[in-house]
Amino acid sequence: MSLLSMYRLPIHRRVFLFASSAILAAVALAGTPAFAQSRQETLVVLVENGPNSMDIHGVGTSFRSYVAAWNMYDRLVTFGIKTLPDGTQSYDYSKIVPELAESYAMAPDGKSVTFKLRKDAKFHDGAPVTAADVKWSYDRAVSVGGFPTFQMKAGSLEKPEQFVVVDDYTFRVDLPKQDKLSLPDMAVVVPAIFNSKLARQHATDKDPWAMEWMKTNSAAGGAFKLDKWSPGQEITFNRNDDWKSGPLPKIKRVIIREVPSPGNRRALMERGDADISVDMPQKDSAEIVAEKGTGKYIVVGVPIENSLKYIGLVTTQKPFDNAKVRQAVAHAVPYEQIYKSAVYGRGIPMAMGPGDAPKDASWPQPFPYKTDLAKAKQLLTEAGYPDGFETTISIDLGDATASEPEAVLLQEALGKIGIKATIEKIPGANFRNAMLQKNRPIHIASFGGWLNFPDYFFFWGYHGQNAVFNTMAYQNPKMDALIDAARYEADPAKYKNEVMGFIKLAMDEAPRIPLYQQILDVGMQKNIKGYTYWFHRQLDFRQIEKK
Amino acid sequence: MTTTATLKHVRYVLTENPVTLFAFGLFGFILFCAIFGPWLAPYDPLATDGAATLRPPSAAHWFGTDALGRDIFSRVLVATRLDLGIAFASVILTFAIGALAGIAAGFFGGWVDRAVGRLADTIMAFPLFVLAMGIVAALGNTVGNIVLATAIINTPLYARVARAEANIRRNAGFVEAARLSGNGEGRILLLQILPNILPILMVQCSLTMGYAILNAAGLSFIGLGIAPPTPEWGILVAEGAALMISGEWWVALFPGLALMTAVFCFNLLGDGLRDIVDPRRRT
Amino acid sequence: MLSLIGKRIVSAIPSVIGVLVVTFVLTRALPGDPAAYFAGPAATPQAIEEVRRSLGLDKTLPEQFVVYIKDLATGNLGNSIATGQPVLTEIRTRLPASLELTLYGLLVSVLIAVPLGVLAATRPGSWIDHLCRVVTTAGVSLPAFFTGLLLVYVLYYRLGWAPAPLGRLDIFYSAPTTVTGFYTIDALIEGNLEIFRAALAQLLLPVTALAVFTLAPLARMTRAAMLEVLGSDFIRTARASGLPKGKIVYGYAFRNAMLPVVTTLGMVFSFLLGANVLVEKVFSWPGIGTFAIEALVASDYAPIQGFVLTMALLYVMLNLAIDVLYIVIDPRVGFES
Repeated sequence: MSLLSMYRLPIHRRVFLFASSAILAAVALAGTPAFAQSRQETLVVLVENGPNSMDIHGVGTSFRSYVAAWNMYDRLVTFGIKTLPDGTQSYDYSKIVPELAESYAMAPDGKSVTFKLRKDAKFHDGAPVTAADVKWSYDRAVSVGGFPTFQMKAGSLEKPEQFVVVDDYTFRVDLPKQDKLSLPDMAVVVPAIFNSKLARQHATDKDPWAMEWMKTNSAAGGAFKLDKWSPGQEITFNRNDDWKSGPLPKIKRVIIREVPSPGNRRALMERGDADISVDMPQKDSAEIVAEKGTGKYIVVGVPIENSLKYIGLVTTQKPFDNAKVRQAVAHAVPYEQIYKSAVYGRGIPMAMGPGDAPKDASWPQPFPYKTDLAKAKQLLTEAGYPDGFETTISIDLGDATASEPEAVLLQEALGKIGIKATIEKIPGANFRNAMLQKNRPIHIASFGGWLNFPDYFFFWGYHGQNAVFNTMAYQNPKMDALIDAARYEADPAKYKNEVMGFIKLAMDEAPRIPLYQQILDVGMQKNIKGYTYWFHRQLDFRQIEKK
Repeated sequence: MTTTATLKHVRYVLTENPVTLFAFGLFGFILFCAIFGPWLAPYDPLATDGAATLRPPSAAHWFGTDALGRDIFSRVLVATRLDLGIAFASVILTFAIGALAGIAAGFFGGWVDRAVGRLADTIMAFPLFVLAMGIVAALGNTVGNIVLATAIINTPLYARVARAEANIRRNAGFVEAARLSGNGEGRILLLQILPNILPILMVQCSLTMGYAILNAAGLSFIGLGIAPPTPEWGILVAEGAALMISGEWWVALFPGLALMTAVFCFNLLGDGLRDIVDPRRRT
Repeated sequence: MLSLIGKRIVSAIPSVIGVLVVTFVLTRALPGDPAAYFAGPAATPQAIEEVRRSLGLDKTLPEQFVVYIKDLATGNLGNSIATGQPVLTEIRTRLPASLELTLYGLLVSVLIAVPLGVLAATRPGSWIDHLCRVVTTAGVSLPAFFTGLLLVYVLYYRLGWAPAPLGRLDIFYSAPTTVTGFYTIDALIEGNLEIFRAALAQLLLPVTALAVFTLAPLARMTRAAMLEVLGSDFIRTARASGLPKGKIVYGYAFRNAMLPVVTTLGMVFSFLLGANVLVEKVFSWPGIGTFAIEALVASDYAPIQGFVLTMALLYVMLNLAIDVLYIVIDPRVGFES
């Protein structure tokens, strides 16, 4: 349309008054900005992307939203805090401590847990926290379906009948069988305690759990109150001064700003305009760590528990249905170069381990594969592919910063043993779908479990039930038997044997070639103290202070 | 205008307008790089070198090396052919569809005109870059689809220009003469009208070439470009963008300059061609 | 004249319908499965099917299209996956951000390009003319995202002259009460000069990146229009009657040359709205451009459809306004040529 107008333009005879705009000239007025909040008590956090929901039980709630749910809501119990050898604080998955509960007791047969609630705890609107609220919240988590229900199930928390209100301040959870994951599962992000009276006011017949309202509002009672949420831009929290479930946080106000460009985030940190940056590219982290504290700000890195960055090979299709081909790939991967050039050393190598069997029952641990092109070529020939073949390497576009160089290096190495690979970048949201289809022959992905047990990782990642995280579609009855046995094993010696058994199988069969354990790097100004690593990989503002 | 007169005019424009002469020279240089680039490149543009990552420009690596130790000069040089190829291919495609549709619309008028007009309006009503993004995202990020997307968003421009020019000439003397001597409408369209408005469309081509390169670069910048590790200017800039703040300015700067030089050249060339084709229209 | 305008509006309807259909087909052709996304990690195929049904994605495409049009008629544009908000709300808050950026970009571009064009036209063929041409062409040859990156690096990171590229307002200010949605104007309405200054400071770099990109078409059109007017009879008459040169150029020629420039302005504006998409990404600008990119990469149907529809309506209105302006200014311009 616009060009059509252009072609009729030649007639012009009347005066057109040109809007003179001296607005720009009026800029230079006004003095220095006086900050609305005191910088000292406000924490400015930079993230790549922000939350998409205030409701941890919501449909499609992203992991970016955990930060809101974790800080706004309390749970009955939480994990303790320990100090790692390098002095960094970390949550302690071996210690479960009361939060909204004053105390808890596991029945001797392990088939029920009874919680005594704090009598002084109040929600943000002043209503007292009662056992009815707890039951409503637990019922909600197991009823709404999707991720929360799935996560509850991981700890044998499945039906509303399991959750019993004994009296206003006593709550009991009945378990179908003893499960070592039940109590830890009540300390993760999902079983948050909601203000049921408030939530019910916004429930309708069609929407009994107030899912619609809860997307953008909070019915919480935790240490921080939601102040304002501008989706896609910024979210702010204010401290709840009446919080009773722990020591009062030092920070009064938190601003989380979304800054998609990593370069901009780095510049903001270097210029001191922000306090914490949570989505650090590995290169930036490596450079700041190398400064050893002499730079403008520091990076604290903690290996992410129970997680792996890996190369997956789809075992249901030729040629990767052949274990020798998979081993050939495992011998072709240029591990050293990947650690150096793709992740800049910000990962714990999970290859080139000593011997060819697991050293103990720890997970993750290095696999025995080393870069050895001659061996790779030989294995490929033995498998009947002396001239190689053509294939595809798929990576997640959202994770391209590290995955793309990894894919390029892998592609180059595979070329040397005759395997011609092309690289396919799949946009973030479609990547999960692609993994679900299990037809991407070679893919670079990562997986981590919230609950830190090897059998938990293997149950989702290697078990023949073929969950989405078993991206290799790997199925082996021997593997399944070992995983199932370990899941409910009470005898520590037997447990160790079973775990070492399935790790050995994973090493030999090589459906998944581990690259490295990822490190959660958080950049922070030097005056930030008390940062603590949590399994959900988000910040907990309660421990942080500015000095 | 006779051939010698045309040549005289070309020489006049070139000597009168040093900028156009410069643009022609630059175009020759870019074309040279596109054709001989792969042989001239000092390194294999895909070969990584773990021992020489992120080196600043030096005698060994004129434009430095990237995060995987690849030689940026070689990558920028080799990328010329691909970028130029995308631009040429999309312009030819646009030309074929847009010009023919536009001429037909202008020449026949009536429902043909209305149909072409509506179609062009619909495409123009889209934010063009977003339409290109949508097409590439939907069809997959291959070279072919990037060419197609770029061609589609440029088509209305050609159609409009061709329509306007054909419309002016539909009843011109030479067309009437051809008609009287018994030529069919289709024949007149192809043999009389098309050659007549070709020069004006060529100007458009040169201007669109630049835009096509920018478009491909923009797609690469948001991650919808050509698959790695193939070097392409837009991808090279995008790769370097994150490294700018950490001081490795050369990774983004050189491909950015190459990109700018090529687009700059095509834009100047378009201007120059316009002078040659129609001195009165000079803008 | 009203009937002319009415006709013009009616004639825009088919292209709006075309946009609706094309967008719908395009979004449905995007790879990926929103149902799988919504169903969350570790969902079983049955769970995904359930979600697909609840999202209405199990229906045939024509059925889905009818549902979409029905929703549209009631003002329901659907919800965004990424931000969890209704698309209409998102667009309402984000559109002013994009428009403010674009309009300032246009303003700055005009303030530089028009004098340049006039200067070049008064001395055609001189070195000023060539320089003007080379400089503006160089501007349009730079990808706007690259200009943006360079500006951030030099002016913010290296020199510290510009504020942090953090969207519309520095972290420690709160937005002025919404009246127009333009922070600079709302701040003035509130009488808060400090916020006005802060908002303007944030605009500085992205506006520059956009303006550099659009100098060329405006400067060229000004030059061409000025040349044409300067060569016309009435200017020659004015010259012959000995009027001072300044009065001829600025008093008569310039005023008459402005009309085609205004038309170009419309084109440049729509062009800018497109270029915006990448610039917004570089500057974390919370406009509809960034919104659209993220949605597209995530196969998030509703926001893409909402965004494209908004843009299309904007274009249609813009062109309508230009055409109407023409009719008002010059009644000789009709619709049938």
